[in-house]
Amino acid sequence: MTEFRSPDQEVSRLRVRLVVAGVFMLLCLSLLAARFVYLQVMRFDYYHTRAEDNRIALVPVPPNRGAIVDRNGKVLARNFAAYTLDITPSQVEDLDETIDRLAEIVDISDYDRRRFKKFREESKFFESVPIRTKLTDEEVARFIARRYLFPGVDVQARLFREYPQGDLLGHVVGYMGRINNRDVDHIEARGETANYRGTEHIGKRGLEESYEAELHGKTGSEQVEVDAGGRKVRLLSRRTAVPGNSLILTVDAGLQAVAHQAFGERRGALVAIEPSTGGVLALVSSPSFDPNLFVDGISVADWRGLNESPDKPLLNRAIYSAYPPGSTFKPFMGLAGLSTGKRTPQQAIADPGFYVFGGHRFMDDKIGGHGMVDLHTSIVQSCNTYYYMLANDLGIEGIADFMRPFGFGQLTGIDLPGEADGVLPSPDWKRKRFKKPGQQKWYGGETISVGIGQGYNAYTPLQLATALSALVNDGVMFKPHVVKYVVDPQTGARREVEPKPIRQIPLKPAHLAAVRAAMVDVNKTGTGARAFAGAEYSAGGKTGTAQVYSLKGTKYKEGNVAERLRDHSWFIAFAPADKPQIALAVLVENGGFGSRSAAPIARQVIDYYLLGKRPAGQASEDEDAPADH
Amino acid sequence: MELRLHPVALIRAILRPIDPPLFLLLTVLLAAALVVMQSASPARMEAQLVNTGVALALMWVTARIPSARLLSLAMPLYVVGVVLLVGVALFGEISKGAQRWLDLGVVRIQPSELMKIAMPLMLAWFFQQREGAIGFVEFVLAGVLLAVPVALIVTQPDLGTSLLVAAAGLYVIFFAGLSWKLIVPLVLVAVVGLGSIVAFGDTLCQPEVDWQVLREYQKHRVCTLLDPTSDPLGKGFHIIQSTIAIGSGGMFGKGWMQGTQTHLSFIPERHTDFIFAVMAEEFGLIGALVLLVVLFMLLLRGLMIAAVAPTLGTRLLAGAITMIFFTYAFVNMGMVSGILPVVGVPLPFISYGGTALVTLCIGVGILMSIQRERALSQS
Repeated sequence: MTEFRSPDQEVSRLRVRLVVAGVFMLLCLSLLAARFVYLQVMRFDYYHTRAEDNRIALVPVPPNRGAIVDRNGKVLARNFAAYTLDITPSQVEDLDETIDRLAEIVDISDYDRRRFKKFREESKFFESVPIRTKLTDEEVARFIARRYLFPGVDVQARLFREYPQGDLLGHVVGYMGRINNRDVDHIEARGETANYRGTEHIGKRGLEESYEAELHGKTGSEQVEVDAGGRKVRLLSRRTAVPGNSLILTVDAGLQAVAHQAFGERRGALVAIEPSTGGVLALVSSPSFDPNLFVDGISVADWRGLNESPDKPLLNRAIYSAYPPGSTFKPFMGLAGLSTGKRTPQQAIADPGFYVFGGHRFMDDKIGGHGMVDLHTSIVQSCNTYYYMLANDLGIEGIADFMRPFGFGQLTGIDLPGEADGVLPSPDWKRKRFKKPGQQKWYGGETISVGIGQGYNAYTPLQLATALSALVNDGVMFKPHVVKYVVDPQTGARREVEPKPIRQIPLKPAHLAAVRAAMVDVNKTGTGARAFAGAEYSAGGKTGTAQVYSLKGTKYKEGNVAERLRDHSWFIAFAPADKPQIALAVLVENGGFGSRSAAPIARQVIDYYLLGKRPAGQASEDEDAPADH
Repeated sequence: MELRLHPVALIRAILRPIDPPLFLLLTVLLAAALVVMQSASPARMEAQLVNTGVALALMWVTARIPSARLLSLAMPLYVVGVVLLVGVALFGEISKGAQRWLDLGVVRIQPSELMKIAMPLMLAWFFQQREGAIGFVEFVLAGVLLAVPVALIVTQPDLGTSLLVAAAGLYVIFFAGLSWKLIVPLVLVAVVGLGSIVAFGDTLCQPEVDWQVLREYQKHRVCTLLDPTSDPLGKGFHIIQSTIAIGSGGMFGKGWMQGTQTHLSFIPERHTDFIFAVMAEEFGLIGALVLLVVLFMLLLRGLMIAAVAPTLGTRLLAGAITMIFFTYAFVNMGMVSGILPVVGVPLPFISYGGTALVTLCIGVGILMSIQRERALSQS
């Protein structure tokens, strides 16, 4: 194949190939030119838009959450700004390595790492997640100086929620937590997804949850130019956020503190209501919890402590636990007897110490009986026989029909989440409650027990307080509420919550007066007399004892059983007797007789509310309830 | 050289080795590089100025060396290059998953870079030795000379550089007169191969498909090109963002220092491999076309020098160097504008990077040296 060519032939052949090469280059470069024309002319609009989308980011500006203050302006929940160290996982190549390096600059505990991991699982991949919260100024400075070493990591100013009163109002105010997947669904269902862009926390319990829509506010936005790392370069335009409304409560923090401390270590609940408005003055569930623990993610140890304690501090006994009302039911039963015409105030029965129904003896507390008992005596001495007979005369339907307007066994509609409805027993209720036909039948003997507040009766302390408020407010019924005003922080405009009564229960003043007079005598000569000895005002009351029938579903240690088997102690009270400003229900779990444990709490609360008197040994107004624990 | 030179004579002496058209075009490109660099990475301006100075000095030095001397360096350079490549294979440092660097104690060198010049030099010298008797055997031998270093570079593995070195050698073989009967089938195979990859890209790019010949990262590069959105935050992100930069530049560009893609860091490697995207974003289609025209004029000048060069060796060398310039430019701009895979090839004369700029300017110096000799032989 070897060819021999002259150098001239060789040169001309090479020149041909050089021309071929030149043409080839021209073609290739023309191809590039065509590509540029395509990209820069034909598809210019598309790429222009893409570049603008790259450049401009709409950054949500979360609004300031509304504050919560008590009726006297004492702050119960507020915001404070703190720096957090945020990682955007999508912009970080090796997360663990980055966190390890960060740990050399700022303190990062195992708890921080675990929390970061948990938050990360709950957030979208492009979102930033805090690795550390509440950085000190020094830590911020140290990080800023080295920021360039940490792409995808940045310091952010965030608003945190703070509850200066600590555990005083844990069950009322509730707490905030990071938005989780379930919250996202709720937000979506409310059509608020856009408004929650940039918001990381949401009310999880208490008022923070029920007034979420008021407290949150309207999210603003900033149009900013961002670089490829997502960092702001400059601000282009801004739509300011509208801060959330603040809440002024009906609750009196001072009163709450007195009530809270009166319980001490005991389990129980107290609800105090202003009868003329339905405003809740105090709502205690003991033990309580400190909502500050939840603000930036509760630690596992704290959560275990709250969740696994046999005292169940997270349970809001005031609105969720239903107990048989015991003898506190008697004033309502008495009123039912008068209103239905089955009894007159003067009409007396002879009490032999028991009542026989269906071959069964229903016993009175007092052996040998109370003798001749009229309405007044029946309440003051808490005579069971009077109410056994009355229950039988009224019939279960009669009782249920009379009690229903007072709200017994129904949700009161209070502006707190997680209310339980309890049980107002009736044949209808029993039919629905039980599956087996044998259990569905209502027995006459069951009516007798209901007459003294035992049996199937089960009401929350809130329901009892609400019913008592209606009774002492001449049958004018308000929906109980914790918030008095919703306030627009910008205009100062107030909107009153539940300003109007929801119903007027038709009751005769004479009947009401008879029942109330008997209750006043309870505190003078009856079961409340010891607790209210020497009171500078006249107060009505009624003790009650709820039998602990069953320990089903409880896992108490054996040593505790005896204490936990004791009856629950009730006391309901109102004062002053002629024009009640406060009506309350107190329950002390396993407190025994109402007169011994519940009534003194009621006395302390009323003393404080009417007289401003603090029980001996309690801190003064200025020092109570430190901000954090 | 006389010591007592008149200033004019001195300037003339300095300018003697310079080819004015080449130098003019090169100056335009280097000036453009500085302008773009100021926008892409102002912090590197000083270094770029130093690089430019050094590269121009070396160009001048190279241009003064007679081309015969240059060709006589071919054999030693080639042998040293191959030995170093073997050294890399045996003792090289591993960086970014590839073994490319050789630490000689004083300097760390990348022998594959050396081969980019040594390869065409070697083959040009080889064909010059066999002038008048170039036949089948010579082409086979040339193929072997080509294949050994290319194979060594492929195994590093560095597909991009091995392709460029192979291309440099193939250009010499092409200009040396390899029969069209062999060229046409080779080109056909290449075209069909690339075509089928594009056509069957979807199936080939499934993760479980093993490509046998190519490494995983090479497969990844090709596949990303076929569908940039499949990997939007990895390599695909580079292509997508550079394409957006070019497209959003429009007809006249966003203006110098005004490129949002550039200044907000959306363009990756914006001072090196992707610097063309910066240019196209800020100076638009007009700027891109001006660059293409200047480059094409420079290439044409190179081909003209090849056409009139005095010896076979210099003709082949000049032709091959010109084609290498073209290949760099085409592969780079093709990659940045999304019609070729992402291979680490800088835009000649524009991209930041001392080694590449020096190599390229030495190439220009060789062209000038060849051109000067022709001028001398004619005079």
